[in-house]
Order: sequence, then structure tokens, then C-alpha cells
Amino acid sequence: MARTMTGAEMVIKVLAEQGVDFIFGYPGGAVLPIYDEIFQQEKVKHVLVRQEGGAVHAAEGYARSTGKVGVVLVTSGPGATNAVTGLTDALMDSIPIVCLTGQVPTHLIGNDAFQECDTIGITRPCTKHNWLVKDVNDLARILHEAFYIAKSGRPGPVVVDIPKDVQFATGTYVSSSNTAIAHKSYRPKLKGDQPAIQHAVELMAAAKRPLFYTGGGVINSGPKASQLLRELVRQTGFPITSTLMGLGAYPASDKQWLGMLGMHGTYESNMAMHGCDLMINIGARFDDRITGRTDMFSPGSRKIHIDIDPSSINKNIKVDVPIVGDCAYVLEDMIRAWRGLASSPEKSALKGWWKQIDQWRAVNSLKYKKLDDVIMPQYALERLQAHIKDRDAYISTEVGQHQMWAAQFLKFDEPNRWLTSGGLGTMGYGLPAAIGAQIAHPKALCIDVAGDASILMNIQEMSTAVQYRLPVKVFILNNQYMGMVRQWQQLLHGNRYSESYTEALPDFVKLAEAYGGVGMRCDHPADLDDAIKAMIAVKDKPLIFDCRVAALANCFPMIPSGKAHNQMLLGEDVSAEEIDKAIGKEGKVLV
Amino acid sequence: MSEKGTGSAYFLEERKDTTERHTFSILVDNEPGVLARIASLFSGRGYNIESLTVSETDEERRLSRFTVVTTGTPMVLQQIRNQLDRLVPVHSVTDLTVTGQPIERELALVKVSGKGEKRIEALRLAEIFRASVVDTSTEHFVFEITGKSSKIEQFITIMRELGLVEVSRTGIAAMARGAQGLA
Repeated sequence: MARTMTGAEMVIKVLAEQGVDFIFGYPGGAVLPIYDEIFQQEKVKHVLVRQEGGAVHAAEGYARSTGKVGVVLVTSGPGATNAVTGLTDALMDSIPIVCLTGQVPTHLIGNDAFQECDTIGITRPCTKHNWLVKDVNDLARILHEAFYIAKSGRPGPVVVDIPKDVQFATGTYVSSSNTAIAHKSYRPKLKGDQPAIQHAVELMAAAKRPLFYTGGGVINSGPKASQLLRELVRQTGFPITSTLMGLGAYPASDKQWLGMLGMHGTYESNMAMHGCDLMINIGARFDDRITGRTDMFSPGSRKIHIDIDPSSINKNIKVDVPIVGDCAYVLEDMIRAWRGLASSPEKSALKGWWKQIDQWRAVNSLKYKKLDDVIMPQYALERLQAHIKDRDAYISTEVGQHQMWAAQFLKFDEPNRWLTSGGLGTMGYGLPAAIGAQIAHPKALCIDVAGDASILMNIQEMSTAVQYRLPVKVFILNNQYMGMVRQWQQLLHGNRYSESYTEALPDFVKLAEAYGGVGMRCDHPADLDDAIKAMIAVKDKPLIFDCRVAALANCFPMIPSGKAHNQMLLGEDVSAEEIDKAIGKEGKVLV
Repeated sequence: MSEKGTGSAYFLEERKDTTERHTFSILVDNEPGVLARIASLFSGRGYNIESLTVSETDEERRLSRFTVVTTGTPMVLQQIRNQLDRLVPVHSVTDLTVTGQPIERELALVKVSGKGEKRIEALRLAEIFRASVVDTSTEHFVFEITGKSSKIEQFITIMRELGLVEVSRTGIAAMARGAQGLA
């Protein structure tokens, strides 16, 4: 039986039917009818953020740490425009988000009404899809479709723009079971092409220097894909490296794991990328931070590329065996095909390759000079890792040096534990993301590894964390610089630190206390362990840990822009002249 | 920036591959904003549009057909196709140029004004081009001409000397040869 109800009621009804337990939002004039419905029910809980940008990042943290869709509710005009950065971030990192925006009443659209903006026009390039709902009878169907599109195929953010009069109007509700019929035009391909998979497995069996290169797609596909990946990697005995977004799909503690690859990846992973004869890319997209110089990228390898998005294939790097499909489906078929090989390949055939890799590993590219009286940022993270390794921990980051160090020094053995802004590189992502993760996992240890500059971009969300008694830890590697900007200025712009020093940082301890949280400071290596223990012990309140670290430490190893994988800069002991020579004129104009 | 390019990810356009001109047919749901979606994909990703036409072609299923003429390297053309294909309201993307030379036609309205000898010459040439007169006075003609873009361009060039006032062109409508229809 068809039920009639108001548009605002439909919104809540759809959320409940889609299994949404939390939404992140901020009220305003154009969404008041929906907020009125929120007030009158208890199924869907609302988390009030302090700025709409924080709502989207919180929903991303929630989505990334649970595998579910993150839901955002904001008002028209500035509510929608503040959400744009988060939507773009979610698009770049393929995070499923449904963002509901209020809109001025339909008869006022186009009139430059108060708090009106062209939300659909503005969010068109930063969403997977978006809708303006002009008829309340379309609302429920569109909302169900929005969830389907956000989470299926290559996940991504969607926006549903709902004018205020549509929220008040009465119409017919349709449940998701009535809208679940196949979409007219959108049908993501899940299963890979069988002959291509067979061909890929035969190449794998014949490879002398194979390498798995995996990305966020494995994590987006769900926990089963990570399980299957582990199975295939162990069966084949091949080495594996992952992108920033892919960390955790394969356990970092395993001996086949080479560490992260790319611009700040390990020496062994980048050298293996350069030297392999077969590259098996699973759910990664040959991003420019990964490939470095494309015309010298892995020159001697055949390349297999598994991706659910056909537009990722042959975009940056030409591949030999493209397989379009969901990682879990393709991995399952690959494992079956591998087992079905006429003669199972000898793992010992890879001995020479592993020997070579071990030599690269011996370079120990993450080494750094420890100091007795100053905390090195790498040391702070090593100690943090030691204290969280047996705990149920979720780590988010902001963007910059601390993010790369966290990727290098924290070890992820499970997927969905690492929440970071990879594609867009959004400073200010980490605190709201940690809040979203903590909402989803109230008992877990949620830590935002932050920089002193990034954290100030969404510091207002401390207030949110206090309101919901979330014991989020903000672990600031405070070097008083925008560290990555400073590092590039040092390496590429003759040590001219233009505007990268923050002359007036707040007292982070007092700041935390002012919000109603806990503040801590540590500036000596000898005190660090006790301080981290004390940090972890704090419950029910957010905490800011102001970890004072060496001001001028650089993040190494590094592939300079415009260089190939085998032209990495290693360690702190390189001289300024060496750096200058290594980067060259052309590299300096690159991002 | 160096002349030869660095081969880095930031200089993809400096690949040595030659650019080709291709015609795509795109079937989409005729919903609000779909033109903006297609057009902004081209501008946002830096693809060229040489010609774009769109109209509803299937009233019952509410489908519109876009014809886009674009240029790019084979890799870029494949990207354009894949990027278009992943838009939610897009039903199919067909590269008509891959399957053989498609039939391409364009319509133009060409206004020419003048008197005496030039006027007679314009009418005479219009007959040669099989353009028809759709509006006239003692001082002007509006010609309607259809054909390949090259034919229309040639006609316009000639009319320039004979008092060309203005031109309105539709852009290209295209279709593959043979019995098969679009998927």
C-alpha cells in the first residue's frame, strides 16, 4: 500500500530504511522541516558539527572506517558551498557519501533568494551524480537511487538538493524494494572478463620479477577483497606494495610486504616497481604521486590493471592486460585460475628476485638520525606505533609531512583503519574524520595524526568532539612550519621559506582546555612514552597532544617531481648540491 | 619550461602521438542538466569540442542523442569515451569514427544581402550548392544549405565576397553507415 507523507518525513524514512544510524550536519533555514522530523524520532541520530566542511569529512571518516555510506545534511547556500571541499575529497578518494542539501523554495530558484546558490551546478563536477528534486513524488525514489549510486561501482559522493517547499509538500513514499529494479543507464561491471583473467594468471605464472601494486579499490570493495588479496599474494609468493589509499588491505607486518610506494614510498617498493617484469595493479590508478616520471615508469614490465572504473585504465599509463571489474570478483576468479594452472609455478623461481629485493631493503630507506634532546617526528610515530599496535585503533591524518611519516611509520594490518585524504590532499581532514570514526566505533582508539598548520583548518570540530564526549586524540607533530611546503621550498626554492612559518601558533594545551578537552605537551624524547600512555588513558573527552618535534626535519625518501622510481633521494645525509642536481630545472616547475 | 617537455605526469599532452578527429554519438536520459554534465566534462578535463549537437531522439524513452566532434590522441579519445560512459545518465557512447567513416551532415542558414550582379551571382552559386532560398526581399536572400561541414564552409567562403551578413550553423548530426542501429 502506498503511503503518503511529507517530503521531510520521507527523508527520515529513507535514511531509516537504508540502515543509516548517524548523520552529520548543520541546520539552517532551508532544511528546517527535515530537522523538525529529526527532532521527533530516535532511529537516525544527528551529529552536530561546527562547520559544514567538517560534516562531510566526518561522514568520510565514518564511511571509510565502516564501509557504509556516510550521510550529510546541510542547508542551502553557504551550507552547500562549505560542503564542496569534502565532496571533492570524497570524489577523489572514492568514498561513498550521500549529501542532502536544502534549497530555497522552487518558485524562488533563480531569483537570487536569501541563501540561494546553484548547488547542482556547483557540485556537478565534484560528485558522482546529483539531483534537484522538484516534485515530492520523486523524492523517495531519488533518495534510494542516491544511496545505490554512492555505494555501488566505484563509490563516490552524491548530492540531493531538496527545495524547502518539497520538504513541506505531501506525496507518495516508495520503498527501496520498489526502486531496486535495474538502473536504466548506470550498471557497473562487477565480474572481470574471464579470458583476460586467464591470460593475466598465465603471465603471473611465467613472471620472474612479479610485483603486486594495490590501492584503495581493494579497501572500497570490502573486507572480502582484502581477504582474497592476502590469499592470492601468499599463494603466489610475490612481493606486494600499496598506495597511500591502499594501506591495510595487506598486513604491513607480513614479510612479503614492501611498504608504501610512490613519492615518499620505501626504496625497495619503488625499486621493485622500476625493476619488475610483471606489475599486477589491483584497484590503484597510476596516480602522479605513484608513477613519477611517466616515460621512465617501470620500463621493463608487462602491466595488468584491475579496476572497476574503465576510465582509470590507460589514463596515465598504458597497460597490457586491462580487467574491468570489482576487485573481490576478479581476485576470486584469479585465485581459481591460479589453482587451476596445469603446473603450479615453483616459488623458488622467485629466489633471485627476492634476493634483489632484500638488498634494496637493506638500504633501510626510512632510517633517520635520532637525537637525545629533540623529538624527531619519525621517532614520535615509532613510539606511537609501539603503544597502539595491540589496540583497536583507527588513524586519520591531516595533509603534509606528518601524513607521509604516519604512512611510513604506522603499521596497518587491517583495512578500514587508515583514514587519510589522498587524492585531494585536504588539510583539515583528519580531526573531523577521526570524529566520524569515533562515532562509528565508540570503544576504539581514534587518533588524528596532525600537523600544527593543518589542525587549525578544522579546529572548531574540537567542540563537536566535546559535545558527544568523543575521546578523539589529536597527535600534533608540531614543528611550527607547514612542513611539506617548507621542505619543497628548501629543496626547490633556495631555502626561501615564503610564508611557511606560522609565527603565531596558539597554545594547543590551553586551546584544548578552552574547548573543554584535555591538553598535553611533550618536548623531550625521554618523556614521550609516558606521555603517550597518559594520552591513551584519557576517556570521554577529546585530547590535543602537542608533540614538539625537530623543526627542520625532512620527509625522505623522496622521488623528486619529474624523476623516475630509480632516481630517489635517500635520507637526511644528502647535500644541498646533490638535491639541486637531482631535481633539475624541469622538475622545479612541477607540483 | 623546457621545450621538449620532461615526460613527467604533468606533460602528458606532449606525447608524440598524433591527434585524430573523431565523432561520438552519446545516448543519454533527457533530464535537466544533462547538457551541462556533458559539456563540463569536456571543459573540466581539458578535452576539445569542435562541434556539439543535441536533441531528443526517442520521445517514448526520453532519450537524447548528442553528437560530439572532438580531437585528441588515441589515448585521450579512449579516455573521453570512458569518462562519458561513466556519467550516470549516459546509456551508450559510440565512437562512430572507429567503425568507419560515418555519415556527417550539417545545416546552415546563410544571409546574403546585395543588389545587381552580386545578387544574381549569389543565387546562381546557391543553385550549384543545392542551397534553397527560405527568405528573400529585393535586397537579400536567406539560404538553407545542408551537407558536410566542408561543403558548408566552402559555400560560406564564397558568399563572403557576395555580401554575407550572417551565418547560423547547427553543428554536425552523424550516423554510422550500414543496417545496424546504436545500442
